[in-house]
Amino acid sequence: MSVLEIKNLHVNVQTDQGVREILRGVDLVINEGEIHAVMGPNGSGKSTLAYTIAGHPKYKVIEGEILLDGENVLDMTVDERARAGLFLAMQYPVEIPGVTVTNFLRTAKTAIDGSAPSVRTWVKDVRQSMSNLRMDSNFAERNVNEGFSGGEKKRNEILQLELLKPRFAVLDETDSGLDVDALKVVSEGVNRAKTNTGLGILLITHYTRILRYIHPDFVHVFVGGRIAEQGGPELADRLEEEGYDRFLEPAAK
Amino acid sequence: MTAQMTSTPQRSSNLATAEQHGFRPHSDGAFVPVQTRSERFRSVNVDGFAPVTGREHEWKYSPVAVFADLTSGDLDGSRIEVESTIREPQDGADAPGVDVSWIGRDDARIGRAGVPEERAAANAWSSFGEALLVTVTGEDEKTVVVTRHGLGAAPRAAHTVIEAAPNSRGLVVLRGTGDARLSENVEIVVGEGASLTVVALQEWSDDAVHLASHFARLGRDAFLKHIVVSLGGKVVRVNPSTHLAEQGSDVEALGLYFADAGQHLEQQVFVHHDAPHTRSRVTYKGALQGDAARSVWVGDVLIGNAATGTDSYEQNRNLVLTDGTRADSVPNLEIETGDIVGAGHASATGRFDDEQLFYLMARGIPEGEARRLVVRGFLTEIIQKIGSPELEERLNAALEAELQGS
Repeated sequence: MSVLEIKNLHVNVQTDQGVREILRGVDLVINEGEIHAVMGPNGSGKSTLAYTIAGHPKYKVIEGEILLDGENVLDMTVDERARAGLFLAMQYPVEIPGVTVTNFLRTAKTAIDGSAPSVRTWVKDVRQSMSNLRMDSNFAERNVNEGFSGGEKKRNEILQLELLKPRFAVLDETDSGLDVDALKVVSEGVNRAKTNTGLGILLITHYTRILRYIHPDFVHVFVGGRIAEQGGPELADRLEEEGYDRFLEPAAK
Repeated sequence: MTAQMTSTPQRSSNLATAEQHGFRPHSDGAFVPVQTRSERFRSVNVDGFAPVTGREHEWKYSPVAVFADLTSGDLDGSRIEVESTIREPQDGADAPGVDVSWIGRDDARIGRAGVPEERAAANAWSSFGEALLVTVTGEDEKTVVVTRHGLGAAPRAAHTVIEAAPNSRGLVVLRGTGDARLSENVEIVVGEGASLTVVALQEWSDDAVHLASHFARLGRDAFLKHIVVSLGGKVVRVNPSTHLAEQGSDVEALGLYFADAGQHLEQQVFVHHDAPHTRSRVTYKGALQGDAARSVWVGDVLIGNAATGTDSYEQNRNLVLTDGTRADSVPNLEIETGDIVGAGHASATGRFDDEQLFYLMARGIPEGEARRLVVRGFLTEIIQKIGSPELEERLNAALEAELQGS
């Protein structure tokens, strides 16, 4: 069974005001098949954790480790991490002008699998996943994320999740900006991916709303760059009622 | 990047006021720049032009020392071997379609589309012996590819006339491969109601120097799609001028270039709106990579007094892939009538977007391949507009070869 381990992770980021430490010692273990929700107020470092796992060059790890089945993820380039089985569904997916969704998906699938997918099953798989996510078939010929609405971009991220079949996926605020219909469609996609491949999921969110559709096994509250409290699904219910105030007050005093 | 905008009616605004605002004449005082494109000196005779110094507005971006032989030396004006492949429509076999022949320099069909505005073009015009005439007739789509291959290392001159008969349709590709030191003029005469596509495809070898002036004259309701694709050669300068001479004429001028280390690829595009309800769209896109890779795009649009109802837009986009490159992008717009539909221009030169790279790599795509995807995507807009699947495929392959060379 696969396991993703984050040990004492400290991460700096260069800002206009100088270097800032965003993550201050994060410990987290995700086993295959588990769903972990990381919740926290704005600026608590949730997205930094997501980007650091994926290997964005803006974030510098100054201490700690990320291990995938014992392999040092921090030594891997961004594409090597993806090929090792990590996936990041981005909060703000970028546009790639002139590159169609079809071309992009096939290129990515070929890179991840190490060989081109069989034409017949691949086309069928793509069509099926798109239809599951209620994406119009003309999406395939559009350029990646170009002119997509917020909801379309998020569906496109989950489409990739379903087709690339990673072992671990980090969903960075996939729920933000979605209306309830889109939220349901996207959540169904995530649940379907989990049923099909049994992947482990790190679900990063500001709101508890998505947890009605994707049920976490563990909930971690992120404050000030580290985990302030963790527990089971009941912790999310408590956050829904009380908000993050109780975690923020000590810092304010 | 530099951008200029000149508006002719305000050209001689009162200097006193301007000076109060701190605008003073240049310290080189005596020099009076040519203010409007329509007032430039033009002649078919090389001796009408002063020797090239590299300070002239039309040469200031170019490495003039590299091709002094083409601007001031003797040029070999003998016939250039061409190979032409014609693909005529399957049906309508009785329609003549395309004809390729040679005509003498005194032929009346020469000199109808334009006159050189710089010395290299005038030198070629003064030197050529015979002109290659490509005529397109008939309303069915047809294609002719004229290839010039291996013109040698000696300086040469060439003259080509491409004529589309009224209401005809066709695609003419003028392609260059192998060695060349060539200065040439290409006249494009598009008859009433004709629809013509001309593709100038530069795939020269690494040492080649190619200077070309294209002059197009469009008749009433004629449409010209003009495409410059420059990939190979040491110095390649293709300057297309389009005269929208009659009502309802329409030009779509497209360009695609990929400058590698040490390459100079230049295009000075001129569109003259000279009749009512004329339309122009100019879109040039280029990528630059490697030390001293250089591109120049100058886009002049002149909307004349008679050109009421003009609809015009020009843009240039450059994608800079490495350090050490330089892209000059200079859009100029001159408007002599206010009664127009629209006139716009845009220019942007940007570095490769690292967020795009991150996104693609986060999907497992290795860096080199991710870069190629982005560049191909950037340039593909132009390729897709060519309208010939066969040519699009060839260009995609040529572009792929450029990208693999990186």
